[in-house]
Amino acid sequence: MKKLLTLFFSSLALFSVMAQVDKGNLLIKNGTVITITKGNLEQTDVLIKDGKIAQIAKNIQAPAGVRVIDATGHYVMPGIIDAHSHIALDGINEGTNPITPEVSEEDVINPFQIGIYRALGGGITTVHAMHGSANAIGGQCETIKLRYGNFDPDALKMEGAPRTIKFALGENPTRSHGEGSGIVPRTRMGVEFVIRQAFSEAKEYSEAWSKYNKNKLVKGFRGAPPAYSYRHEVLSDILNDKIIIHCHSYRADEIYMMLKVCKDFGIKRIVFQHVNEGFKVAPELAAQGAMASVFSDWWAYKFEVYYSTAYNAAILTRNGVVTSINSDDAEMMRHLYHEAGKTQKYGALTDEEALALITINPAKQLGIESRVGSLEVGKEGDIVIFKNHPLSIYGVPMYTIVDGIVWFDREKDPDDMRLVVDPKQNIDNAMLRDKNSDLDHCMEGAEFILDSELFNANKK
Amino acid sequence: MKGLQTIIGLAAAIICGVVMHAQAQSPKGKYANVALTNATIETVTKGTIQNGTVLILDGKIAGVGTNVSIPAGTEIIDCKGKFIYPGMIDAGTNLGLNEISAVARTTDFNEIGEVIPQMKALTAVNPNASAIPVTRVSGVTTALTIPTGGMLSGTAALINLHGYTPDQMYAGFEGIVLNFPNTGRRGFFDRRTDDDIKKASEKALASLNDVWEKAIQYHKLDSATKGKTGYYPELQALVPVIRGEQTLLVETNTSKDITAALKWVKEKKVKKVILTGVAEGWRVADEIAKSGIPVITGGVLELPTRDYDRYDRAYANAGLLKKAGVKVAIKSESSNNNYRNLPYHAGFAVAYGMNKEDALKAITIIPAELFGVADKLGSIEVGKSATLFICTGDPFETKTNVSHVFIDGWQMPMVSRQTELYDEFLKRDPGVNKTKK
Repeated sequence: MKKLLTLFFSSLALFSVMAQVDKGNLLIKNGTVITITKGNLEQTDVLIKDGKIAQIAKNIQAPAGVRVIDATGHYVMPGIIDAHSHIALDGINEGTNPITPEVSEEDVINPFQIGIYRALGGGITTVHAMHGSANAIGGQCETIKLRYGNFDPDALKMEGAPRTIKFALGENPTRSHGEGSGIVPRTRMGVEFVIRQAFSEAKEYSEAWSKYNKNKLVKGFRGAPPAYSYRHEVLSDILNDKIIIHCHSYRADEIYMMLKVCKDFGIKRIVFQHVNEGFKVAPELAAQGAMASVFSDWWAYKFEVYYSTAYNAAILTRNGVVTSINSDDAEMMRHLYHEAGKTQKYGALTDEEALALITINPAKQLGIESRVGSLEVGKEGDIVIFKNHPLSIYGVPMYTIVDGIVWFDREKDPDDMRLVVDPKQNIDNAMLRDKNSDLDHCMEGAEFILDSELFNANKK
Repeated sequence: MKGLQTIIGLAAAIICGVVMHAQAQSPKGKYANVALTNATIETVTKGTIQNGTVLILDGKIAGVGTNVSIPAGTEIIDCKGKFIYPGMIDAGTNLGLNEISAVARTTDFNEIGEVIPQMKALTAVNPNASAIPVTRVSGVTTALTIPTGGMLSGTAALINLHGYTPDQMYAGFEGIVLNFPNTGRRGFFDRRTDDDIKKASEKALASLNDVWEKAIQYHKLDSATKGKTGYYPELQALVPVIRGEQTLLVETNTSKDITAALKWVKEKKVKKVILTGVAEGWRVADEIAKSGIPVITGGVLELPTRDYDRYDRAYANAGLLKKAGVKVAIKSESSNNNYRNLPYHAGFAVAYGMNKEDALKAITIIPAELFGVADKLGSIEVGKSATLFICTGDPFETKTNVSHVFIDGWQMPMVSRQTELYDEFLKRDPGVNKTKK
């Protein structure tokens, strides 16, 4: 009976997954196809069948009933991937403890956020929706595809994408916890300690379970199992490279510290996020196979980004580090192609290198490079069609396509793209950007800590 | 023998001295008479000149055209294949007032008080702020630096991004900043209720009217007593605006607030006014055009202000204002000292509908006109200040490199801390291994 029930529920789950994810057929005719991995193809067609790229060639005949987009004079490139974002989420920071791997963004996906549609308008198809940076070990993140229009949060998930988790070094965890709550870490020494402590405890935990699992097979064994801890389960999965670490970091010293921690615990899969001073330890990052996801040019909003340079992405690339350019910002993510273009001014990267920073490289960092990030037969039909070259300031995304379905069409874009209208929302209130704010979006939801009496007392 | 040692020692000292001197500090600006030849000159006001020359003498543009006679001995920079543009003007920054936003002790743009128009930005401009070289090597040569916070936040100043004292940097314009009572939210961290926002805005307007009434009374008393009215710094600072001698920079963004600001300005008969921000200007563009009041809008690279607005409204705003007949300048706006991106804000305005020529004017001659310095800045014309840059292509394009920058005739070193870090770390030495085999 139990087996039957399991079968019933698993088939239901399978059915619902299949029902949620729309996959389309589409023929894109006669564009300049920027494959990323295999050069540019002039006046070439791309055929998507059942959500996947079926053919890339000249003069493909449209199968019956398949929609055709004329891309003559336009540029056809893979959908842009943002390896660092906080859109489509209802919770960013579980700021109550320096170590919170037990929480996950997959539980708080908000498919109604208008930011999802706006990102499509910037050619984004895949987003790493991340936990914030209040904690040294934060929550698990979710890789989503921008299938805007679905009411079901699960329909946005990129099925089968590797698990990822947010770590954070430096000022954010130290001011949230040391300054805000009066507990370790208050310094970069403390950050190293809490991470090593968590990993060491997880190691003990998984060793205790291995021992128990081995012993319980022995006849006559009477011992009790160790206490179950989801936190330590997740940490153990990190130690076994089943989860990719995405580590918020800025300064060279803390990046180097984290590299050593990974080496000591045998962790191979780590991507440093922001990593403004990554250029200072580029040889070390490259030697350990660590990757870097950076801003194009943000600097000076706080002390740990004071000694930054817009040449960071170029220096990292030239030193052999797999590098991407991310946004961490609902506005900047709308023009990652322009941010990537800045590496041509700051470091003279080629078109191919610059575009890799927002396509195949972030795909590698999220472990999804076999599925997205370039235009190749067999890969998923995630595509953006540009008027003018995507690295030109005059480049404008005209169509954004996910799994062969057109989710954004500039010519047919209506004014109001909200999925639901909140009757409580006061339409007289506009949202403006505070030009003097020093909070990065990684701290969204953790403001309460920074407003606390203790924090303000410590500040004096 | 001893003599030889002395000579060797001396030689070594000289060599050391030369080497150390060369490495001691960042290169200085160079004041030079120079001819920039074979260039495509984008004059902004008088069209494009192919294969032309710009002659710089004594800090000024002494000749522009295809037939410029170059005095003997003038240094020549061959600009074959390159372009010359007037220096770009960012009409909304806090350059020199802000080193690191999050470190309060390094910021000087936000004084205590609601009504403090007497606080002068120029006083606090740090000529050695790290953002200044970072900005100017990208061709942004001039910036309005603005105090923020409170209602009447202080006096903004136009500065050129070269000089060792604020006065050497001063570019000839100061304006009083008014943050017009605002009904918008300031960001994701602004958790005030709608009611609180409304109340705060109403209270601010009442207080503004009160201050204005006092300033008018002060102006009358001051005129009657021939300047013997006593020391009232806030009111004294407002008098030039009341008298129509100085510009009031009115920061306002939501459509409702813009309308209210236009009404207020009319009621109070304020003569010299520029609206700044104007994020939702497109919504009331005709109204602004009718008022004849010019606008400094930006940043362009922003989100729409409301969930129900079309996704590209912020990108299109400047173009829509221009189309309605508003005189528009573009500013970059930045919380992270990225004023170097000004040309990209203009470029995005073009990608989303603005005429390219208008967008270029919006960051050169228009702000110069708005600040009353068009006789010196904003275009390549004989007699103007030699404040310009040379680049490899369209300055809005990200790929384009700026090769030379001149400010008031001073040729700028093309380095900043960001380029120095690149030079040091592109091929770090030692790499992973400190010991070399």
